[in-house]
Amino acid sequence: MKNLTVSKAVTALMLAGLVLLPLYSQASGNVFILTLFTRIIILALAAASLNLIMGFGGMMSFGHAAYLGIGGYAVGMLAQEGVGSGFIQFPVALAASAIYALVIGALSLRTRGVYFIMITLAFAQMAYYVASGLARYGGDDGLTVYKRSDFSGLINLSNRTQFYYLCLACLLGVIFLIWRIVNSRFGLVVQGLRSNEQRMQAIGFPAKRYQLVCFVISGTMCGLAGALLANNTDFVSPAVMYWTRSGDLMVMVILGGMGTLFGPIMGAVVYLLLEEFLSQITEYWALIMGPLLLLIVLFGRGGIMGMLGRVGRG
Amino acid sequence: MLLVVEQFLNGLQFGLLLFLLAAGLTLVFGIMDLVNLAHGSLYMMGAYFAATFAAWTGSFLLGALMALGATLVLGIVLEMSALRHLYGRDHLDHVLATFGLILFFNEAVRLIWGPAGLALPLPAWLTVPVPILPGIHYPAYRLAIIIVALLVALLLYLGVMRTRIGMLIRAGASNREMIGALGINIKLLYTLVFGLGAALAGLAGLMQAPILTVQIGMGENILILAFVIIVIGGIGSIRGAFLAAIFVGMIDTLGRAFLPNLLRQVLSGAAASTAAPALSSMLIYLLMAIVLVVRPEGLFPANRR
Repeated sequence: MKNLTVSKAVTALMLAGLVLLPLYSQASGNVFILTLFTRIIILALAAASLNLIMGFGGMMSFGHAAYLGIGGYAVGMLAQEGVGSGFIQFPVALAASAIYALVIGALSLRTRGVYFIMITLAFAQMAYYVASGLARYGGDDGLTVYKRSDFSGLINLSNRTQFYYLCLACLLGVIFLIWRIVNSRFGLVVQGLRSNEQRMQAIGFPAKRYQLVCFVISGTMCGLAGALLANNTDFVSPAVMYWTRSGDLMVMVILGGMGTLFGPIMGAVVYLLLEEFLSQITEYWALIMGPLLLLIVLFGRGGIMGMLGRVGRG
Repeated sequence: MLLVVEQFLNGLQFGLLLFLLAAGLTLVFGIMDLVNLAHGSLYMMGAYFAATFAAWTGSFLLGALMALGATLVLGIVLEMSALRHLYGRDHLDHVLATFGLILFFNEAVRLIWGPAGLALPLPAWLTVPVPILPGIHYPAYRLAIIIVALLVALLLYLGVMRTRIGMLIRAGASNREMIGALGINIKLLYTLVFGLGAALAGLAGLMQAPILTVQIGMGENILILAFVIIVIGGIGSIRGAFLAAIFVGMIDTLGRAFLPNLLRQVLSGAAASTAAPALSSMLIYLLMAIVLVVRPEGLFPANRR
């Protein structure tokens, strides 16, 4: 088969591993690995949403962690106010992220390049400080979510395996959606804008409008990740919006391979597993992680997907 | 009146400190086109070096001088070993690589100096209040920061605008390939500029150290502020960085000092005291967002100098 490349094989293996993981966890009694991978999947979802605008749209957002916080706070605040139903919490989380994305996108897209990176960062920092100022909802200390979102018997989020599969389903759903978007007319226009905005505008496409819609879609997806993350940790704090968190997401996307469908998942899995693995070897894991990132940038162009592609070509 | 003058001077002092940091960042950004997130780490290293050397030698000034030299050397080593290979790459690669460097530096500091912060005590002659206006005293050390930073800013201005090296730096900022073609050793020039930027960051760090504690991650918050400044001022423009730094320092300090009282006029006491810290932290980001929306290239774009 000519189409079976190394990167496709590795991707399929990884997906199969993710689907079968709960079985392994049950058989071996290793509960920790399930919790760890739930977190990895949620952050992979966030990275995939970032990849939509960064990899396909060419919009380098350095403030993507803000949506993690907004989605999370929507769940946490509603739970605090006595609204425990997931059927309300999740739509509110998505809507709040979409509205935030619409506002900051409309303002940020007036700039480009490094200025765009910086203005998205500035907005995320503002969101961070707003969350720190929410005295009613814990302020700096964060907000404990005492009860996970209630989907009235449909699915029980407190059950580890069910929650894991919910997160995995969300991730695969989002990947499918991104695949459809990227291959649609809309997606082609957005990718065209990444390559040459002036030319696309000359052809007659309203550039900013297309980019803004793409930006909002990406933010909404990341808001979903935020709502799941709050359920996973039973806690949400301003720290999830801090700029280093946005940096983590960017690292995952670049590490996995920007502008590839499954690259962000790969990046999230490798980055977070590496972090976990190194932190078990030594308390000073970042001492190895930092230079490793540097080496990946210097020698591994195109991220993991790029490297696998080169291996495939021999 | 006393409070206003004092806060005004605090704002000026903070702004000048931010300028030292932003000047190095904007030089590296404008000339090498390198987004260096690890600039804050150099600031942190400056503070740690100063605290260590001051404890060794028992002299604040000697420690500060040695720390300045050490950050200069560290910057040059960093440039030659790692960052040099990033020139001409995508900005995203810079972000990823220097993000890795931040992780490395924070962890290295934890390993060497331990997780607890250090203190850099001031010598007695710098702790006395100095009368600046009849009836108004101001701490000598903060006054010293203002004077040193202004001197450095002046030297930097003269150096960049009046010397041959400064001319080369400016030429490098406008057209890299051309000055290379004219036979200038760009590699050396870049290393020099990076070392200069590192030393400025280290100077800012060691001067801030006695006011705040020396701790891990101290460079990250202030790095973001420095980025805000160079974006407001226009990337690559030292004059823009200077004005924006003073502006941001003032707004941040005055906002923190007076916003709570202002808010109390319109809001209830409890609501004001919770909203004020968040709002004053937001002010500069708000400022940056407004500037970028109105003038997407910053206030003083370098290419129109």
